[in-house]
Amino acid sequence: MSDIDSQDDSNMSADDAEKPSKDGHIGEQSVSGPGGTPKTSLLEARDPDAFDKPTLITTRSRLAKDFRFRVMCILTACASVLILVFLLGSILGAGIPTLSWTLLTGTPEPEPENAGMWPALMGTLWVCTMCALITLPLGIGTAILIEEFTPRNRIARQVLALIQLNITNLAGVPSVVYGILGLTAFVSMFSLFDNSDNADGPSMEVGAVYYDQFSNVASDPFIDTGDTEAEERYFLFPVETRDAPSTVPKTGMLAYENSEGGLKEVEIIAIDPFADDAPTDADALSRTIDSTSDPGRISEKQWYYLRLPFGRGVVAGALTLMLVILPVIIISTQESLRAVPGTLRAGALGLGATPWQVVWNVTLPSAIPGIMTGSILAMSRAIGETAPILIIAGIVYIRSAPQHLMDDYTVMPLQIYNWTSRPQEEFHNIAAGGIVILLAILLTFNAVAVLIRHRMQNKLN
Amino acid sequence: MSSALSKAKSPELEAKVQKLLERQKKNLSWVRLREKGIFLCLIGCGLFSLLITGSIIFVLTSETITFFRFEEVTLGNFLLSTEWTPLLGNTKSFGIWALISGTLLVTAIAMLLALPLGLVTAIYLSEYAPRRVRSTLKPILEILAGIPTVVYGFFALMTITPFLQWCYDGFNIYNAMSAGIAVGILCFPTVCSLAEDALQAVPSSLRDGAFGLGGTRFDATIKVILPAALSGIISAFLLAIARAIGETMIVALAAGSRAHVTINPGDEVQTMTGYMVQIAGGDVSNFGIEYYSMYAVAFTLFLITLSLTMIGNRIRKKYRETYD
Amino acid sequence: MSSTITSPENKAGSQLRTQHDPDSQMATVHMRTDKPHTEPAEKDATAIVMEDLSSWYGSFQALKSISLNVRKNKVTAFIGPSGCGKSTLLRWINRMNDTIHSARATGNLHLGDLDLLASTTDVVDLRRKVGIVFQKPNPFPKSIFDNVAFGPRLHMKLRRNELLDIVEWSLRKAAVWDEVKDRLHAPALGLSGGQQQRLCIARTIAVGPEVLLMDEPCSALDPGSTLAIEELMNELRDQYTIVIVTHNMQQASRCSDETAFFFEGKLIEMNDTQSIFTNPANQKTEDYISGRFG
Repeated sequence: MSDIDSQDDSNMSADDAEKPSKDGHIGEQSVSGPGGTPKTSLLEARDPDAFDKPTLITTRSRLAKDFRFRVMCILTACASVLILVFLLGSILGAGIPTLSWTLLTGTPEPEPENAGMWPALMGTLWVCTMCALITLPLGIGTAILIEEFTPRNRIARQVLALIQLNITNLAGVPSVVYGILGLTAFVSMFSLFDNSDNADGPSMEVGAVYYDQFSNVASDPFIDTGDTEAEERYFLFPVETRDAPSTVPKTGMLAYENSEGGLKEVEIIAIDPFADDAPTDADALSRTIDSTSDPGRISEKQWYYLRLPFGRGVVAGALTLMLVILPVIIISTQESLRAVPGTLRAGALGLGATPWQVVWNVTLPSAIPGIMTGSILAMSRAIGETAPILIIAGIVYIRSAPQHLMDDYTVMPLQIYNWTSRPQEEFHNIAAGGIVILLAILLTFNAVAVLIRHRMQNKLN
Repeated sequence: MSSALSKAKSPELEAKVQKLLERQKKNLSWVRLREKGIFLCLIGCGLFSLLITGSIIFVLTSETITFFRFEEVTLGNFLLSTEWTPLLGNTKSFGIWALISGTLLVTAIAMLLALPLGLVTAIYLSEYAPRRVRSTLKPILEILAGIPTVVYGFFALMTITPFLQWCYDGFNIYNAMSAGIAVGILCFPTVCSLAEDALQAVPSSLRDGAFGLGGTRFDATIKVILPAALSGIISAFLLAIARAIGETMIVALAAGSRAHVTINPGDEVQTMTGYMVQIAGGDVSNFGIEYYSMYAVAFTLFLITLSLTMIGNRIRKKYRETYD
Repeated sequence: MSSTITSPENKAGSQLRTQHDPDSQMATVHMRTDKPHTEPAEKDATAIVMEDLSSWYGSFQALKSISLNVRKNKVTAFIGPSGCGKSTLLRWINRMNDTIHSARATGNLHLGDLDLLASTTDVVDLRRKVGIVFQKPNPFPKSIFDNVAFGPRLHMKLRRNELLDIVEWSLRKAAVWDEVKDRLHAPALGLSGGQQQRLCIARTIAVGPEVLLMDEPCSALDPGSTLAIEELMNELRDQYTIVIVTHNMQQASRCSDETAFFFEGKLIEMNDTQSIFTNPANQKTEDYISGRFG
């Protein structure tokens, strides 16, 4: 009894959880909390003579149990810290040596030493920005509907309750299932827009211009152009649609040439290679096209290029990620709205504000820091989300950043997955490097969120 | 009050303001119209979430039906067989139990790790930890929860597996144990924060009552607080299990791709999610039987996780009501 | 039943029905055939008429057949023990109870010609006419200026200097101008409790209401601030009809013209304040004001 009591006294000031576990001195720590004070005074006031022997033993064993449990707790807590240290340590150890400018700005070449993740970085940027633009209004709107508009109509109230239940359940759906949904709903759009003429092509598109591309005869090794040297040039003839018949070039037609200053109009000369009537003048020769050759069909797409179905493009990815983080954003927004005191709403209502005016002028401004914190955390989840993107985009070799909303893309976690799943050790190392970059971005996001939350708390106090 | 001072400038101001106040107010019909429009937009947002659920169910059901229309597939085979060999040319068999057993093995390992550790840490944080420890542990847990799952997958494959192989030779390069441990670490913060919420929801009067009767903190925790928070803790466990079952990237990287029934943690297994990734990421022809089998698996996965989440949320709602 | 009370001050109101009509009991929609036509100049004109007003929260009946008149440009105090329904009654006058979906009311409640309980009545328009001040000061987390300008901005298109005029006028009226004129753009939450409450009053009158409802406006304030608010009410009664709910009987006796005593959802007695406090007609009223319960 007495030795336990003395331990109590010696440890009263021990606030540090790890120190007592090392020393083996565990008794009553001073605990900040409602229960702490009465307990300590109880122990101090205990008089050994007041107890008969059996009670004493029970008390001792109970205190020993308490002691053992506390040790267990502290060990577990230490274990969680150790796991984090071990996890981060092993990744940083493998990743930091491979960090390089190439890794950040390069393309995912097949040789590990030249590989980089620029396209993945840009893909993440495109997809997550689009996703935020779509999800934030939807999610915040839904949260406002549930929290701020309590209809007097019973059926409407039941619908709202159903929406609420639905959102809590949606939050528990595995992200891979959303990937499957995205694959059907966004990538192939329920096969509603299937194009019977061209299985690969979209059935509707906006913002794309198609060209037939010819090269000049100078680049054709089978045509004898004599001794005249002519540089290689390419000429574009606009065509109506993707499926239009090929252009047949004729002398005197105007074609576009891709030059540094944009598209330049050039008059071309078409020849029949068998007739052997190629011009001898160097300038004319460089504008001469073999009229029997097959053109290549190329397209120029505006940034707003839109097609149905979406295919494996940025928009499909953004919409799928939207499915994943929408419940997260709704729930966090609801919590921030609930934290706004009801007296403020009553005050604004009493001044004759309509429900929306209350939301817009009073509730939202007060809740915005909380909403921002929740949204940033949700976006950081979207950045790290791999499974749904893997389902809808697959593993594709992408060498450039997305150029338009329907462009193929890859994202950082997918690139990391790709590298990790290869057998070569070198790729594992650059995967670790990629993880370091990804974690750095996420950590920045988290830090911003924590900062906003911190400032908000300061403002409230 | 300094009302004399206040009123010094009053008369002309009074007149001016009275005139302003009598002026035509903004047209309410416009305000009302805008109100209605905004309300309709918000209703649209709300209904959109219902639409998501609706289309999940629609897509999964209709594509699963398509899957069962293939003549190689029978419902009996799907529900009863333990052979999952969709990619074998002649002897295709679709017995979902091979995938479910893989999922259960990984989940069981993960939960053996995450549930006790998470609960003990939650008790420590809620009942024992001094403020300083709390304020360092909580952010660490938040960081753990914010790490993308592909990173855990990397960790499992590159760190845990070699470690396990170093400990014991029997471990395959892809094994259920390593994936299970990583999933356990992933679920640990979830269990911990949900269980802590449940413990915090127990009114402190109950604690004080236990201390007042001379109980140690351990007695109070085990005999009073844990039973009071039991439903909340169970719901935390259910939600964590649902999360573990749905976890994809870790098992895709570390668990392997051989679907079979086993309880050997050192063996390669395939989970439901792992199979979906294998099909979607591989070069399977769209609209073939393997492609549609992915939907059948997704449907099974959805049913399992949805029922777990629904039960978990219902229990959680109940305990919240108890103390509100 | 003590609902058969005639206000003795109601000399002008022979056209007013102050006793409730038994036929109209339980009727939800009332077409009043004899609407009280009140002339603004008339000193003792009636502003608010209640007849047989009953109210429920779910199945709990909070108000039982209340009939009373509130006179224009007077201060009317509602007193009674907690839970007697006085706040509920006050909150029906500008339909703040609409935010509680289980709340409903039957009977007659009119402000001038306006039927306050009709579902067709636009509550937004109504709340411009009937302002409310709450128990706890609840300034918005904005600047002092923005707090007062909140209502006018919602309802009127104003130029900057016009807005400034209204803000100054309202703050002067609420007797808080001198304290805040140098820091109009400082956050309102930095003010003291009493200043905040007067700011809330300024915010309310900036909309230009006819009636001011005050729901225990001083219960969260210190005695000095309470005094300031009471003086303020005294000055405001020239322009506004004021209804105040209070727990504090001294306050009711100090600053009201008429007092209504409620008990368990029923109106026990209503009379001019002087008579209520010196010579209550009902035993319960006497017990309450002499402090025997409540």
